[in-house]
Amino acid sequence: MRDIRTEEMLLNMGPQHPSTHGVFRVVIRTDGEMVLETESHIGYLHRCFEKVAENVSYVQVVPYTDRMDYVCSMINNLGWAEAVEKLLGIEAPERAQYIRVMVAELNRIASHLLAFGTYGMDIGAVTPFLYAFRDREKILKIFEKLCGQRLNYTYVRVGGVSFDITDEILKDIEDFCNYFEPDIIDEYNRLLSYNGIFISRTANVGVIPRQMAIGYGLTGPNLRGSGVRRDLRKDEPYCIYDRFQFEIPAGSGEQGQTGDCWDRYMVRIREMTQSIMIVRQALKGIPSGLHLDKKLQLKVKPPKGEAYHKVEGARGELGFHIVSDGSEKPYRVKTRGPSFCNISVLDELTRTGKCMVADMVAIIGSLDIVMGEVDR
Amino acid sequence: MGNVLENLNPDSFTKDTVFINSLENLINLTRANSVWPLTFGLACCAIEMMATGASKYDIDRFGSGPFRATPRQADLMIVAGTVTHKMAPRVKRLYDMMPEPKYVLAMGGCVIRGGPYVKYGYHVVKGVDLIVPVDVYVPGCPPRPEALLEGIFKIQKLMMREKIGDRARKSTKPEVYQPA
Repeated sequence: MRDIRTEEMLLNMGPQHPSTHGVFRVVIRTDGEMVLETESHIGYLHRCFEKVAENVSYVQVVPYTDRMDYVCSMINNLGWAEAVEKLLGIEAPERAQYIRVMVAELNRIASHLLAFGTYGMDIGAVTPFLYAFRDREKILKIFEKLCGQRLNYTYVRVGGVSFDITDEILKDIEDFCNYFEPDIIDEYNRLLSYNGIFISRTANVGVIPRQMAIGYGLTGPNLRGSGVRRDLRKDEPYCIYDRFQFEIPAGSGEQGQTGDCWDRYMVRIREMTQSIMIVRQALKGIPSGLHLDKKLQLKVKPPKGEAYHKVEGARGELGFHIVSDGSEKPYRVKTRGPSFCNISVLDELTRTGKCMVADMVAIIGSLDIVMGEVDR
Repeated sequence: MGNVLENLNPDSFTKDTVFINSLENLINLTRANSVWPLTFGLACCAIEMMATGASKYDIDRFGSGPFRATPRQADLMIVAGTVTHKMAPRVKRLYDMMPEPKYVLAMGGCVIRGGPYVKYGYHVVKGVDLIVPVDVYVPGCPPRPEALLEGIFKIQKLMMREKIGDRARKSTKPEVYQPA
């Protein structure tokens, strides 16, 4: 018998593909079912945040930060507001700080729920998506009561938060916490986390060893999935995170090797429990008082200088570097987006020679990228 | 279903041949009650589009919903999110790949006229209607799922007005998109 001759094929995945989570294009060089090499192309959703920020005032930048990582806008707002406050040398009122922590953690849960739902859908399980959205809607309803928007909130402003939180909303948040934890998380674990098919699709797939994760500058759940317990909320506390008790979950290779897709997925599920813990503590300690420094809403004029501030977003370290020339508009803004760094590891992961075409979807989904933040 | 049936005008039966008219209505009725949108998420609006398809808003109630990943099986393109100059040729290409009759729903401010990026953005296509013909505009940043559902009702009404003879006249010529 003659040898079967195979030849390599170039496969275009994206920019319109249901599991690339937005407009992301990967050119895959395949040999049969094996992936030999991939090349990522980004920039299909470039929205020139940094250039726009140079043209509008400090207060007006807030809505543009929403649209960077649109799945967890609250944390983006928080990052920007705190960076400007650092530049001004002020601090938000105590009540505002508590509200900020609460909405940031609720938004983190909403973001992880979306990651959980879409990851299940990528792997081939449609049901978790519907369950995740059922609970995500509850959080969105709270946000809607709070600020009138479902997605791009513009809620956390320079010098506080735009609307005060009422007792009714506090009650809603408490009800949500009681509803969500521990019942719903157990339900998710029964539904997807320990499902045999799911484990075989994700365990030992796309393993990021500790050194590689640090080398590529991964942050957030992707880094913690590789067993590195680094979380800015704990390591370099901002806002009032140093007042709360919580743990940092990390991957330990329960179902396979440390740093595989399952570990990264499971870190997100466990982080939701921790976020609920933080929200509960914040609910107990919320003081009365001012929620917003109204003077700062009209005009913010920081002195000449620069400031860098980073927060722990749902996807990792989100940093804003602002250079001020003493005018009402920023002179230059640089954003360090977590998704952009996280996505850089993809080409390295697929070069192992053990990655198959079906694993590509599992790997991209587990990195949980938001293209709005990659391209900015 | 109810809003679609309104368009069945009993008077029209006397004007045209009964057979052609009712066949047209039958085809339109089936078409309007099984709208298959294209899974085409670009940015923030895509999240609301997903929410519309998910548990609470449940687009399937209104005879729409199976989001298709390929344009060849879709008859409605929901352009959800900012269309950049880099993405615009792909949008055009996807539209050309869809079979007739096809409809386009522009969702969100960015798609309609550039949204918040219209003044200082150098990247945004100032209206997706410069590239593809748009049937229904749904404003908002992002629009609520209810708004998107309302947009789909409008599309369904348009589908009920479809004339078999009009199709040949309506066909679009593929053009190459030139960024400004």
